[in-house]
Amino acid sequence: MKHHLVLRVVSKLLIPFILLFALYVQFHGDYGPGGGFQAGVIFGAGFILYALIFGLETARKVARPAVIRVLVAVGVLIYGGVGVVSLLLGGRYLDYSLLAHVPAHGQHLGIALIEFGVGTTVAAVMITIFFAYAGRGRR
Amino acid sequence: MLLSFLAVTAIAIVSLRDLFAVVMLFGIYSLLSASIFLVLDAVDVSFTEAAVGAGISTVLMLGTLALTARTEKKPAHLAWLPLLVVAITGAALIYGTLDMPRWGDANAPINQHVVPRYILGSLPETSVPNIVTAVLASYRGYDTLGEVTVIFTAGIGVMLLLGNGNSNRRRKKGGRKR
Amino acid sequence: MELLGLYNYWIVVFLMMAGFYVVIARGNLVKKIVGLNLFQTSVFILYISMGKVEGGTAPIVEKGITVYSNPLPHVLILTAIVVGVATTALGLALVVRIKEAYGTVEEDEIHRQDESL
Repeated sequence: MKHHLVLRVVSKLLIPFILLFALYVQFHGDYGPGGGFQAGVIFGAGFILYALIFGLETARKVARPAVIRVLVAVGVLIYGGVGVVSLLLGGRYLDYSLLAHVPAHGQHLGIALIEFGVGTTVAAVMITIFFAYAGRGRR
Repeated sequence: MLLSFLAVTAIAIVSLRDLFAVVMLFGIYSLLSASIFLVLDAVDVSFTEAAVGAGISTVLMLGTLALTARTEKKPAHLAWLPLLVVAITGAALIYGTLDMPRWGDANAPINQHVVPRYILGSLPETSVPNIVTAVLASYRGYDTLGEVTVIFTAGIGVMLLLGNGNSNRRRKKGGRKR
Repeated sequence: MELLGLYNYWIVVFLMMAGFYVVIARGNLVKKIVGLNLFQTSVFILYISMGKVEGGTAPIVEKGITVYSNPLPHVLILTAIVVGVATTALGLALVVRIKEAYGTVEEDEIHRQDESL
């Protein structure tokens, strides 16, 4: 897609906003529609758009497959880790009430943390899947 | 009205043989169902469906088409047996819907059991105004942990099946071994 | 008029059967996966239709609103959509590998190759 000037310019303008919007959806999901799943998908879509327009190799330099592969696991680890922390604080698994002094604030913190974990895993998995397909195609 | 559009799109998907058109129609189908979710008050779901169905899965299916065939083979004969099976199953399901509570009924069993507790309790208990997020992450945190694990496993599976995007040379070596 | 309240469910059944038909009657594996997705989306619509409450709004707590639609189906379907795309990707990956091994994605041709071995 080297010669599609319009596509290149427009996507260059749009991709930062897509990523920013994904972060907004991630961290504003407690108050409005949104959350880790949606944010992860939008973040992944931003990278996929980048890879489609600027080529797979460029995208691989930005999002190194080794890093992404680690992030796939890190998201699940954050989720499970929050559960373990709440266990160590004397609560039940994934009971966030003890994470802060006021139980409701602890719940809020816990929800934000595990949504972050969800978002990380979903985004990383989407990027990995796309890289796997696109990498197959160019043998 | 939107639902009728959806049905028409489904008919087109079933009858078309050009897989590229099928995939594009499937994107439209996803977008239509996202708008239906919006009309039915499920803003979070609509959001997800628009991003996933109309975005990611269309890209993935196009990627698969590029690696496989573009058109479907013409079936040798009209398949009567599957049509019969589908008609009978459909009739049975329609008969089953006659006992369903009517659309939008606030007294339906589904709206009576745990849901009032979630709606009243989520703000004081979790200080999160979005009830969907509160239920997703807090009340049903185990479920969501399971779902994330499924996504994780699916990602690993795709990596195993298609290679994880290493350089071309290394993949070719693996290919020869097969 | 009473029966019009079931219109959503009838469309759901129709979509479900369309997906089911594609899965059992068509031989092309990519088409089969599209059919599975049709089926899947019809189930999503079934759940969300059941959760709608007449006169309710989206389940985000706001002052002055007393009637909310049922948030529980939304939660279930929200996660199901993302899991669905992950499993679809896995299925498509299998299709790609089958294409590489057999050179075709039509079911009957794969069967013929298996039998001639």
